[in-house]
Amino acid sequence: MSFMSRKLKSSLFGYLFIFPALIGFLLFYAWPAGRAVGISFTDWNLLSEPYYVGLDNYVEMLEDDQFWNGLKLSAYYVLLNIPLQIMLGLFLAVAMDRLTKSLFVKAAILLPYLLSNVLVALVWLWMLDPILGIVNSLVAFFGLAPQAYLGDPDQALVSVAAINIWRHMGLCAMLFLAGLQTIPKYLYESASLEGVTEFQMFRKITLPLLRPVMVFVLVTSVTGSFQIFDTIAVTTAGGPLDSTRVIVYYIVQNAFSFYKMGYASAMSVTLCMIMLAYTLLQMHIMRASESDLN
Amino acid sequence: MILIKKITPARCVAWLVLITMLVVTLFPLLFVAKTSFVPAGELYTTSTQLLPDNPTLSNYKKIFGLLSTEESIAAGGSGANINITTSMINSVIFTGIIVIVQTFNCALAAYAFARIPFYGSKLLFGAFVASMMIPSVVTLIPNFVLMRDLGLLNSMLGMVAPFFLMHGFAVFFLRQFFISLPKDIEEAAQLDGANSFMIFFKIALPLSWAPLMTVATLTTINMWNEFLWPFLIATDDSMKTLPVALQSFKSQTPQGQPDWGGLMAATVIATIPTIIMLFFFGRRIVESVQFTGGK
Repeated sequence: MSFMSRKLKSSLFGYLFIFPALIGFLLFYAWPAGRAVGISFTDWNLLSEPYYVGLDNYVEMLEDDQFWNGLKLSAYYVLLNIPLQIMLGLFLAVAMDRLTKSLFVKAAILLPYLLSNVLVALVWLWMLDPILGIVNSLVAFFGLAPQAYLGDPDQALVSVAAINIWRHMGLCAMLFLAGLQTIPKYLYESASLEGVTEFQMFRKITLPLLRPVMVFVLVTSVTGSFQIFDTIAVTTAGGPLDSTRVIVYYIVQNAFSFYKMGYASAMSVTLCMIMLAYTLLQMHIMRASESDLN
Repeated sequence: MILIKKITPARCVAWLVLITMLVVTLFPLLFVAKTSFVPAGELYTTSTQLLPDNPTLSNYKKIFGLLSTEESIAAGGSGANINITTSMINSVIFTGIIVIVQTFNCALAAYAFARIPFYGSKLLFGAFVASMMIPSVVTLIPNFVLMRDLGLLNSMLGMVAPFFLMHGFAVFFLRQFFISLPKDIEEAAQLDGANSFMIFFKIALPLSWAPLMTVATLTTINMWNEFLWPFLIATDDSMKTLPVALQSFKSQTPQGQPDWGGLMAATVIATIPTIIMLFFFGRRIVESVQFTGGK
């Protein structure tokens, strides 16, 4: 009896402690997530009453070329963005790990990540301006033809990816650097005594032991960049010729420009499912929490 | 023992990588800074120069509203305005409220999940953590509708609402920390008749300064840069945060003839708070960011 009353008493305290956070969770995560599913079964322009249409939005979605195009562009963007970002971040981290502990260097490398997507997009709009931008001046200096970058349907998404690689490279480098510093130095020392080359050490020691960080970076950066929005809203607004109308941009456009709340919700619920499936698969494949150190 | 580092090919390559990356990282920002001092008429002639020929402050005067509309248009402006001071203040309030309230709420919840046994605690903790996996675009529409129905569009409360009560990562991160604290002091206090609130405020909270600052730093970075939500809620100029104001200033400029000088001056001004923070709290910021991936 005394146990029961103790657990009841501590439950009271427990709920008092989590009360504000619980309200936040219920009001802004749980309920809206459920409501999004509900809205996805309706036709609703925000002004009139929502009208129940069953699975119509999902059927429309499957037949909508723009939806598939958005998914394709987001996936293509991830492929452009992530491998290069991770590779550059890894190079940078390995270089910094050997050369310098300077806080200035770390801060400078991290600076672009601390600036907003909007700000970074403005910086690169200027750098990549076809006429006034320095990038085309450099291109001309090397005797090549000037390019339109964000104004060219074939180059716009690549340009957006380049902009975000610039912003996130330093973040990747910092995460990998933290991971590198947990690898015991004696592993490298004994390897070098046995005449193992630098490249082999990188492949056989560094990469495997970085796996937990790698999983984290992969999961967060893939799901994050699949949801790319800000940079596109500022630089291309989905154009030119829909070449950057990625899935989240298309969803936001449907909701807040076309006022098709039901249709936008159906697509966002689908996106949520895709992201969840990806996260679970990724964790499974990479055996997330295990490092070979254990 | 003095360790003399040998100059090996690997080290040379590493230096080359590092220096190239530093140049690639910093050069665009310096170039933007240069452009902000270039008079409108000289953008083309100075486009490849590292320094302006005739540096001017007119771009800065323009964005701070120190020029009349006519003067502003003469200086290459579109006549569009950016209330950069107002939006800077809005950004500080927006970020400040969220960081303080969210960190405190999450610390309370995290402590309960770590130390206080209560019915449903495992389930709720799992749900909090799972909330991190919901893409923000899913909750965007229902949250917007809720704000509209509550009449909170164009209000600071509406802007901070989805963020300031709870954040899954902060709860998760702080719970890990509270679990790692040695239990003895808390148990001793409990025997002396202290209740959970007294223990939390008198013992646990003072010991968790470092992780609280880590969480606060990360939230500051994310909220200072948050764009989509304030963009939807703050349609009135007087409520816009810095990223929102920058975007609308950019989109107001006529097609093909953006007010580059004004835009770049605004970009520089918007960068300054970040650089000041980095200058004073550089180590804390770098380490906080590294913490997210580490454990």
